[in-house]
Amino acid sequence: MSTATANAIDTVFAELKAKGETALIPFLTMGDPDLNVSVELVQAAEAAGASMIELGVPYSDPLADGPVIQRASERALRQPIKLTDCMAVASEARRRGVRMPFILFTYFNPALQLGLERFFSLLQEHGFSGVIIPDLPLEEDAETRAIAERTGIHLIPLVAPTSEARVERIASKARGFVYCVSSLGVTGVRATFHEGIDSFLATVRRAASVPICVGFGISSREQAERFAGQCDGVIVGSAIVRKVEEALPQLTAEDETVHRAGVEAVQAFIADLKPRAKRA
Amino acid sequence: MIQVPDTYGRFGPFGGRYVPETLMNALLELEEAYNRYKDDPEFLDELNYLLAQYAGRPSPLYYAERLTKHLGGAKIYLKREDLNHTGSHKINNALGQALLAKRMGKKKVIAETGAGQHGVATATVAALLGMECKVFMGEEDTKRQKLNVFRMNLLGSEVVPVTSGTRTLKDACNETLRYWVSHVDDTYYILGSVTGPHPYPMMVRDFQRIIGVEAKEQLLKQEGRLPDVVVAAVGGGSNAMGIFHDFVGDESVRLIGVEAAGRGVDTDKHAATMTKGRPGVFQGSMSYVLQDEGGQVQEAHSISAGLDYPGIGPEHAYLKDTKRAEYVPITDAEALEALQLLSRQEGIIPALESSHAIAHTVKLAPTLPKDSIVVVSLSGRGDKDVEAIMPYLGGESQ
Repeated sequence: MSTATANAIDTVFAELKAKGETALIPFLTMGDPDLNVSVELVQAAEAAGASMIELGVPYSDPLADGPVIQRASERALRQPIKLTDCMAVASEARRRGVRMPFILFTYFNPALQLGLERFFSLLQEHGFSGVIIPDLPLEEDAETRAIAERTGIHLIPLVAPTSEARVERIASKARGFVYCVSSLGVTGVRATFHEGIDSFLATVRRAASVPICVGFGISSREQAERFAGQCDGVIVGSAIVRKVEEALPQLTAEDETVHRAGVEAVQAFIADLKPRAKRA
Repeated sequence: MIQVPDTYGRFGPFGGRYVPETLMNALLELEEAYNRYKDDPEFLDELNYLLAQYAGRPSPLYYAERLTKHLGGAKIYLKREDLNHTGSHKINNALGQALLAKRMGKKKVIAETGAGQHGVATATVAALLGMECKVFMGEEDTKRQKLNVFRMNLLGSEVVPVTSGTRTLKDACNETLRYWVSHVDDTYYILGSVTGPHPYPMMVRDFQRIIGVEAKEQLLKQEGRLPDVVVAAVGGGSNAMGIFHDFVGDESVRLIGVEAAGRGVDTDKHAATMTKGRPGVFQGSMSYVLQDEGGQVQEAHSISAGLDYPGIGPEHAYLKDTKRAEYVPITDAEALEALQLLSRQEGIIPALESSHAIAHTVKLAPTLPKDSIVVVSLSGRGDKDVEAIMPYLGGESQ
C-alpha cells in the first residue's frame, strides 16, 4: 500500500515558505482535562493560527517531559484513556472542520503494545500525517521507519545539541521536519537556551533536506521570533499546557459561557505566540 | 552459548537503547569508555584493590547448617553479600562505575535508589573519590527508609525526594534520567541495577558477576562441586544477574529468580514482573513490564522498597524466554516469615529483598535430596528494614 499523494505536512511547509512565514506548532496533552475539551482546543488552536498540531498521548512514564506535561499526563490518566482515544480526537476535529495536519506525539510502548502495523494503519484512519516518538532513537527505529515509509506517515526525528556527529545521519533520514531540541533537558518553559543553539541550528539546517523546527522551552512570541529566522517552525508545548492548566476551572465548568471563556483564553494565548514575520 | 548482549545491547529481542536523543551520545561515550577500561590492567587493579581492602571481598560463602537441618532437605549455602561494606552487593557496581566516571573526567555523580542500598553505596564511593553526589529517591521510600536517607546525608550526598508519579523507585529512575538529560555535560549516572539502556545492563552485570565467580570457586573448594540450584531475589535484578552469570554456562545448575508477589499475584498489589508482566519498553530497554492493556506502566507493590519495581533487567527476560532461568513469586507475608526464620535459625537478619530468596529456599529445600546444594544470594543485611517491619511484626514479637 503506497501513498502517492503528498503528505499534508510537506504541503503546509511549502505554502508557508512561499509566504515567508514560520510555522507555529502547538502541543496539547490529549484528555487534559477530557477528550471533548481536547477536540475544542484543537479547533481553537487552528483558529489561533496554528499551522499544524502535535497531539500528545498521556503516558505513565514521560521521560522526556518536565513537570508541566507530567502533571497534564497525570490528570489525563485519571480516567482510562487509550492511544486510540487520543487518535480519535484528530478524526473528530477533522469532522468539525479542522484542516491543519495532525502529528501524534507518543512514547514508544503504547504504540508497541498496539502493534506497529495496527498503530500506523490507525494513524492513517484517523487522518494523521506524522508521528513523533521521543524515546525511539535512530538505532531502534528500523522497523517503525519501514512501516512509516510504507504508510506515508512521516516519522519525525528529534536532534539535540548533544547529537553532534549524529545530526547528519538523523537529518538525512528525516521525514516531515527535523525537531531540534533547543536545550539540554526535558520539556518545559525556560528563560535561556543552549549556548550553542545558533550553530547547532545551522548544522541541522545544512544536513537536512526537510524543514527544521525548534522546540523545548519556547513560551513566548519573543522567543518564537528569536528562532523564526533560523528555522521553519516553532513548537510550543509546556507553555500552552500550562495555560490549559490555569484555565482548568473554566474548561471543566458546566456553564457554557464560562467553558467557552476557558477555550478562548487558551486560543488567545496561542494566537499571541505566532511569530509575526520571518526575519531572514 | 551465544554471547549477549550484541553490539546494539540486545539480549535476544530484549534490551536496546530507548532513550531521548539528548542521551544517545552520552550512552555511546559511556559504552566506549567502558569497553576501553573493562580489561585495562590499571583499572582492574584499582577496582580489585578497593573491592578487597575497602569493600571487604571476597564475601564469605556460609553453610547455613541450622537452617539446613530445620528444613530437612538440600544443603543451604548463603553468599554473604550482606557483609560487604555498606551492607549489600550494591557496592560492587558503585565502585566499578565510580572508577569509570573518574576516568571519564566526571566530577559529579547521580543515582536512583529504592531501598536506599544503592544510594548509600553510591554516596559512599562518592565520598571515597571526592565526587559530588545527588541521590534521587521516591518520597514514599524516603519515609520507609529514613535511616538510609540519614546515612546518605552523613556521607555528604544530597537526597532528592521524588514526588512525581508513584513516588517510589520507578519514578526515582525517571527523575534521575530527566536530571541526567539536563546535566549530561558534566554528570555521570551510576545506575544501580541491570536495567535501563545499553550499556548499563551489561556493565552492571559485569561489575556484579564477581558474586557468582566467588561463589563457584568457594563452593568448589568447600564441596568439590557445583551447586544444584542458585536462588536470588529480583527487582531490577542486579544481585541475581551477578550470582547467575558465571553459572549460565553450567547447564546442570538451576537458576531461580525470586520476584516480589506483594499481597499476591492475583491482587493488584504486587511486583511480579515475570509472572504477570509482558514484553514492553520501559526506562530505556525492552523487557518484561507490568503494564495495562494500553501500555501504561503499572504501579508495583512490595513490602521491600528494593523490589517495588514494575520492570526487570533485559538479560533476565532473555534467560526466562530461553528457559535458562526460572522466576517465581514470593509474597510480603512469606518474605517476612523468612526474615524471622533466618534471624532465629542463623543469627542473620536479612534485608527484605534477600528475604524473598530465603522464602523460596524454605519452600524448595525440603523437596530436594539431602546431598543436593542450594546457594542463596544473601544480597543485603536487614538492619535498614528493622524499623519498617516493626508495625507488621508488632503482634507477634515477644
